Amino acid sequence: MGGGSSRIYRGNGVKLMLPSWLIIGSFLLLPVMMMAVYSFLTKEFRGGVIWEFSLAAYDQFFFDRGLFGDEPPKLEWTYIGIFWRSIWQAGLATIACLLIGFPTAWFIATRDPKSRSIWLFLVTIPYWVNLLIRTVSMKFLIRDTGPLNEFLMASGIISEPLGLINTNFAVQLGLFYSYLPFMVLPIYAAVERYDFALSEAAADLYAGTWTILRLVILPVVKPGIIAGCILVFVPSLGAFLAPDLLGGAKTFMIGSLIEEQFKGSAGNWPFGAAASMILLTIVMCVLLVYARSQNKGEAR
Amino acid sequence: MTSFDIAVAVEKVIKRYGSVTALHGVSLDIRENEFFTLLGPSGCGKTTLLRAIAGFEDVSEGRILLKGQDLTGLPPHKRPVNTVFQQYALFPHMTVTENVLFGLLRKGWSRQDAVRRAQDVLALVQLSDFANRKPTQMSGGQQQRVALARALAPRPEVLLLDEPLSALDLKLRQAVRLELKALQRETGIAFIFVTHDQEEALTMSDRIAVMSNGHVQQVGSPKEIYEAPTNRFVADFIGETNLLDVTVQSISDGVATVLLPGDKPFTCPAAAVLDAGSGHLSVRPERISLCAEPLAHLSATVTGHTYLGTDIQLHVRLVDGEAMTVRLQNAESTVVPATGAHIGLNLEAGAARLLAD
Repeated sequence: MGGGSSRIYRGNGVKLMLPSWLIIGSFLLLPVMMMAVYSFLTKEFRGGVIWEFSLAAYDQFFFDRGLFGDEPPKLEWTYIGIFWRSIWQAGLATIACLLIGFPTAWFIATRDPKSRSIWLFLVTIPYWVNLLIRTVSMKFLIRDTGPLNEFLMASGIISEPLGLINTNFAVQLGLFYSYLPFMVLPIYAAVERYDFALSEAAADLYAGTWTILRLVILPVVKPGIIAGCILVFVPSLGAFLAPDLLGGAKTFMIGSLIEEQFKGSAGNWPFGAAASMILLTIVMCVLLVYARSQNKGEAR
Repeated sequence: MTSFDIAVAVEKVIKRYGSVTALHGVSLDIRENEFFTLLGPSGCGKTTLLRAIAGFEDVSEGRILLKGQDLTGLPPHKRPVNTVFQQYALFPHMTVTENVLFGLLRKGWSRQDAVRRAQDVLALVQLSDFANRKPTQMSGGQQQRVALARALAPRPEVLLLDEPLSALDLKLRQAVRLELKALQRETGIAFIFVTHDQEEALTMSDRIAVMSNGHVQQVGSPKEIYEAPTNRFVADFIGETNLLDVTVQSISDGVATVLLPGDKPFTCPAAAVLDAGSGHLSVRPERISLCAEPLAHLSATVTGHTYLGTDIQLHVRLVDGEAMTVRLQNAESTVVPATGAHIGLNLEAGAARLLAD
């Protein structure tokens, strides 16, 4: 809490924090608490809830009690499977973003300051267009009768459409495209602060190019890499536009599952809320493990 | 002349950046076990030369030999020299020990030997108690010693130092000068030290190369550089000097007779073979004494004085209008002539030198 300005604000801390607390409270904490409460209520058949405590939502998520609910409970794999698929889809998208995003960020950060801002602007340009429209455009681009396939067939490289649409690959492509800038920007910020004299010092101390990357550059820019991975992984895990529009039924992900529960009359609000809470728990666990490991590294 | 073992031989090195030439055919021999300083103003090429020895810059022409081995084309990590960087460039994510171990392990030392060596080197720079700290938790002076330890640990053939004292405050800088010099004696390897600070260069070096505009102007011991500068640039850059326009009457065997302003003849050493005509006489301000006007070499009018603590700087104007400064020691008996007074200036024997341009 240091800094010369702290004296001016002394004693006004609570007042100054009020707007932030109001916004975080009403738009973050309150909705999460509502979800938590809803997940323990009984479902109303046309959507909505009956205010009656019930564990049915969680029970439905984890256990299969047969069609009429009278058989002995078996572990239900459907939803766990969807979660598992979502986690590895999101993980894969994160790795793809990292592999492309790191060199991109490195490239931008090592340009001269003037062209850096141009490159950064180019990276953020797609964000001026709504995510839904971008995802639909992607669908038009890669579908069997889209420009990509038509160009490749016209030029004789392929004789049949690639069949990209409705595959895991298409979902990957959509997630990658949607979240790449979230990887590029934090890594860019870290690389921009990187002191290249460190690379020279390492070279001077008998380290070759790859050793410098592994032992000096990556550890020093690690905070940026981790921030980027979190910023890509978390929204990818809950994404529903890319899997819905590009993936079709085979690539159903958590986001779509939750979305369906709140849409139309077929929904099940408590179940959607329960799935959300389970997703939230997984994400929080990942972040906690990360924070724990960071603290250990610092204390050493 | 005694022969020395040469640690680094710089042979006619030219370095161009596009249309700009940073080094114009520099040749230098740096001896084993000497404290060698590259001294010059910023942009003179001293850092470029150091970086060329380290391998961070390729030379456009010429070559650099390390103990007879041609270094041309060898990347930095294959050259057995280590560098102390200007801002130290310590690895922020590693402890002091890990920083020092870095070069040893890359060089293929076993962990056990490397750890022992790191302990020895840290003891040498008096940092044993800080072995497990991170560099960010240390003061500038301590970081500088870590950088030294890290560079010395792998036993380089030559240690390169790129203005390592410039980030320290004055008091610390003065103390570290002596430590560095002692460390050089202790390790017995050549130190090549880059600085723009002439006082640093004079106090630490065995030999100094004064550089400007990509040329070596003069190489010599601090005493030679200070007392027998070969040209105007060196005389002007090292210490304070008065440069007088004089008429050269005769010159032979390094001794010249010149006509001082006011037309008194004066005999002094000459730095280079010059033709008779006009030349520059360099006179150190502390080698001038005041005396009665009729006997003096020069007549002058006092225009003012500046109080410097240990010294008093007297500003005078000669008969031909040239300005000069004279340093008077601030002793109890010193009488400072009043502004406007006419005084005589006596040049001590050997106080003045005739210089080339």
